[in-house]
Amino acid sequence: MKKEEIPQHEGALSKLTREMVYAVDNAGNYTTDLSSGWEVKATALNVAWQDIEQRIAAARQKVLNKEASPLLFFMELRLMDPGIVSAYTGFWKWQVKRHLKPAIFNKLSEKKLARYAAAFNVSVTELKTMEVHEG
Amino acid sequence: MKVNFEHLQAAHCENGVTTNLLATIGIRNMTEPLVFGIGSGLFFIYIPLLKINNGPAIAFRTQPGLIFKRTCKSLGIPVTRKKFSSRQDAEKFLLQCLEKGHPVGCQVGVYYLSYFPKEYRFHFNAHNLIVYGKEGDNFLVSDPVMETVTTLSAYELERVRFAKGPLAPRGQIYYPKEKKEVSDDRIRHAIVTGIKRNVRDMLYIPGNFAGVSGIAYTGKKIKKWRDKLGLHKAGLYLAQLVRMQEEIGTGGGGFRYIYGAFLQQAHAFHPNDALLDISRTFTQAGDRWRTAAVQAAGIYKGRIGSQEDFNIMGDYLIEIAEIEKKAFKALSKIKWHT
Repeated sequence: MKKEEIPQHEGALSKLTREMVYAVDNAGNYTTDLSSGWEVKATALNVAWQDIEQRIAAARQKVLNKEASPLLFFMELRLMDPGIVSAYTGFWKWQVKRHLKPAIFNKLSEKKLARYAAAFNVSVTELKTMEVHEG
Repeated sequence: MKVNFEHLQAAHCENGVTTNLLATIGIRNMTEPLVFGIGSGLFFIYIPLLKINNGPAIAFRTQPGLIFKRTCKSLGIPVTRKKFSSRQDAEKFLLQCLEKGHPVGCQVGVYYLSYFPKEYRFHFNAHNLIVYGKEGDNFLVSDPVMETVTTLSAYELERVRFAKGPLAPRGQIYYPKEKKEVSDDRIRHAIVTGIKRNVRDMLYIPGNFAGVSGIAYTGKKIKKWRDKLGLHKAGLYLAQLVRMQEEIGTGGGGFRYIYGAFLQQAHAFHPNDALLDISRTFTQAGDRWRTAAVQAAGIYKGRIGSQEDFNIMGDYLIEIAEIEKKAFKALSKIKWHT
């Protein structure tokens, strides 16, 4: 890539910083410059987030249909898989998967629910109702 | 409390932390490309059965932590590295380091990294930053991918140092132990070690999903994605490939440009013009990666999406594999005078 070809598009990162990019100058020597972003990768990130939003909405619907426990919704909301939930809560991965069933989730003690609530950074009430109030 | 420290921006966090920490012990002739090359940073791997964020697990660089470790070892610099099970101990040790005048590297997770924009906060636990002081409740933080320094409160720093999940940092702290002179001769040797190790990793790693053969393997897989995953999901997979290739930290073209810069800088230590030629080949590889990214973007934007478009995409990677193979073969044939 030539130095003058370094893209200067808008991206999610532009709010925070420009990033350093390597490119060659007219004499063919490598140099660095700052880039505010590249539309190709900005779109890649957008596409990923659209998918996440869809997964969150689908999870919410599944919980409302009683096909899954609120755990599924919060896992999608917090971008966590059972492995990460297990690491934050101390439950085993198989327990986390079991707790995805509404009947089993509904019988969990307040103490266990509190562990999930802490991992998702919400209150137990928010955990049960999927109503999250974030500042 | 503030330790003498100069923030220099880098493309990649681990390169930047390494370069900036080495500067704190008086080694000022190290640059990001030299650190990357000596640490044999260039790589490619696609792990088919592993999923990250519901997409393919692809990396364009070597395993996190290795660049710092290998570079310091090659330059003969002893390193202190510590992990903690207790959060209190982790903070105590950090404060002790700062009191002794050591800025330190910290491995952190980005999910709770408050100064990052929300769109970048995934559960990725191998980000690196430098802590170089504390003022009031705030730690002074140099994140090398940023233009300027920033701060984190004690609570925020603790939370990212103890992020959980794959590659959990467990409070990891690392820094070069003492001031040390590094001779040009030592750097010359380190460059050769770094290049030879990178040749080995890219050309001779067993299996077909890593190194240059991994790039061709991914190209062949991509051609099947449309049928296997459906157009929508195949597009998401390509978007993930592009993010791994171009997102903050690669310097563009999946680290291939940084490697090209490294070979040019290596030429100053080993005046063999083959290095300049091979550097151009890496520039060509990086350019090809970016052309492929544009093709991928056409697919995930929904502008194109026929099987032919996926074939073109796959063929780009197969072509890149050939270019990089040629480059590493040429590197393996260089006669070094050390």
